[in-house]
Amino acid sequence: MSSPTSTLSTASQQGRGGTAAKKKTDAGRPAKVRRGGRRRTNGAAYLMLSPWILGTVGVLLLPLLYSLYLSFTQYDLLSRPHWVGLQNYREMFTADPRFVHSIWVTVQYVLASAPLKLLTALGVALLLARPRKGQGLYRALFYLPSLLGTSVAIAIVWQGTFDVNGPFNQFLNLFGIKGGAWVSDPSTVRWVIVGLAMWQFGAPMVIFLAGLKQIPAELYEAADVDGAGRWRKFASITLPALSPVILFNLVVEMIGAFQAFTPAQLVGDGQGGPVDSTLFYTLYLYQKAFTEQQMGYAAAMAWVLILGLSVLTGLLFWSSRFWVHYGD
Amino acid sequence: MTANTLQTPARPRPRSDQRVLARLRPMLWHVTVLVLLLFLLYPVLWMVGSSFKPTQDIISTLSPWPVHFAGSNYSTGWQGSAGTTFSTYFLNSALVALGAVIGNTASCSITAYAMARLEFRGRALVTGLAVGMLLMPKEVLLIPQYLLFHKLGWVDTDLPLIVPKFLAVDAFFVFLNLQFMRGLPRELDDAAALDGCGPFRTFRYILLPLIRPAMATTAIFTFIWTWNDYFSQLIYLNSPDKQTMPVGLRMFLDATSGSELGPMFAMATVSLAPLFALFVFFQRNLVQGIATTGFKG
Repeated sequence: MSSPTSTLSTASQQGRGGTAAKKKTDAGRPAKVRRGGRRRTNGAAYLMLSPWILGTVGVLLLPLLYSLYLSFTQYDLLSRPHWVGLQNYREMFTADPRFVHSIWVTVQYVLASAPLKLLTALGVALLLARPRKGQGLYRALFYLPSLLGTSVAIAIVWQGTFDVNGPFNQFLNLFGIKGGAWVSDPSTVRWVIVGLAMWQFGAPMVIFLAGLKQIPAELYEAADVDGAGRWRKFASITLPALSPVILFNLVVEMIGAFQAFTPAQLVGDGQGGPVDSTLFYTLYLYQKAFTEQQMGYAAAMAWVLILGLSVLTGLLFWSSRFWVHYGD
Repeated sequence: MTANTLQTPARPRPRSDQRVLARLRPMLWHVTVLVLLLFLLYPVLWMVGSSFKPTQDIISTLSPWPVHFAGSNYSTGWQGSAGTTFSTYFLNSALVALGAVIGNTASCSITAYAMARLEFRGRALVTGLAVGMLLMPKEVLLIPQYLLFHKLGWVDTDLPLIVPKFLAVDAFFVFLNLQFMRGLPRELDDAAALDGCGPFRTFRYILLPLIRPAMATTAIFTFIWTWNDYFSQLIYLNSPDKQTMPVGLRMFLDATSGSELGPMFAMATVSLAPLFALFVFFQRNLVQGIATTGFKG
């Protein structure tokens, strides 16, 4: 931790001398002196952290463990959970083709939407990185879809936009192209949902912009002197310098894409159709839990997703050794 | 800052050419950006425009501009479906969002303060856990959490949507406040301690006034995300008089099975209106807030 230079307190020079050491802490015990003359304030810290501790244990960790137990049971919310061992997990992979299909649908969606979203975000960030008039407003406007995008309203509008008679096909008509029935055709509806994800490239774009700002201008000047062209500079300076930010965005977007629910529920027909082409993982999990009341099975599905995401995140971090450059 | 991307020309161009180019580039840039924005924001324009069109004019027209004006869409849509009007949905959404905003701003700031500024046993573990929670897939937790709230008898109340926010479970905002606080000089705390302030008073009088930007960002984003949070509201709220805006909108769509497009778009517009308002007032905070959590090169 580097402490920023500040002209704020002249007291700080003396403060480091440990004058504070004899003071009583709020907890009423004599304070221990630690490095830098700071006191240990266990009591106060735990008191301040108590909401967080209660939340983390009560709302996150315990339910998580309870659901692990439930995943080995059959449970319909009414009768007591009935222990069935590994049956849920076995059934999933051997006797439930819809489950396997939902993984396939989701993986395809993640593989399409995360890279396309990041490419769009990076492209626009590069465009907006130029110092120009009205830059702040432009950035905000490009971010606007991300603010609205997760809403039900936009999902409905998106469905309307790509309807057979919707404006998207009207636009294609201008060029004499005959558009298809994007939303009701099982082979294209997933691309409509990928498009909606791409449309919300605001958050990674802003993070890319922050990353671009960090790149020292001297690097580009040196490259200019060496006669490097535009692409060379992008490939040899910009991309490597951005690689930690790319990793960050990739992890966040991947985790987000695996859990896409609202667009699948609203742009599709809400049941995973047409013909299960929008049966995203979370949508199927929701059906199992709240439509079929199979809480044990749904809990097992949740755990499969957690494990799968952990493995994939781990893999991404492991692969970063080969392509992420942290500043020298 | 990207460097100037002008290619060094093979032979020096005459002066006047250079000047014209220097003028043209920014112009070209603005035109490009504006055209991109037009395409990007078209669905939003189309939604707002269609909300003023009679239903038969909505499909098969490309222009968002309403030729025949139908303001009645708003009054028709507001009646909602099955006797529940949008007044109910709107009020419920506002209540839930307000509760979540108060909960998050209060709990995340004080949690971040303790993690960033206090020395205590187990600090590394606590901070590590808090940052690790960033990667915890939220939707996955919905089932186990649902069962917890089911046991507590909180299903079909606002409690599951509000109470967790008071317990700082939104790791993203804890992290945001933490990052912001790390940028403030520790000398402030030292000086306060010297004057005899304990941790509570240091937080209250020294840091609280300084972390207002982080708290504002927390408040704005919490509002927006709660307002849009369809999944949890769908799960926890069952009775019609408890329903919020996203669920109400979905029910309206089902009830009319897409036949009343005009009122549908009118209500979609109403549901996004608070977000437009926030955007107009706080656009700068929004972009900066996200950037704050980004990486430090």
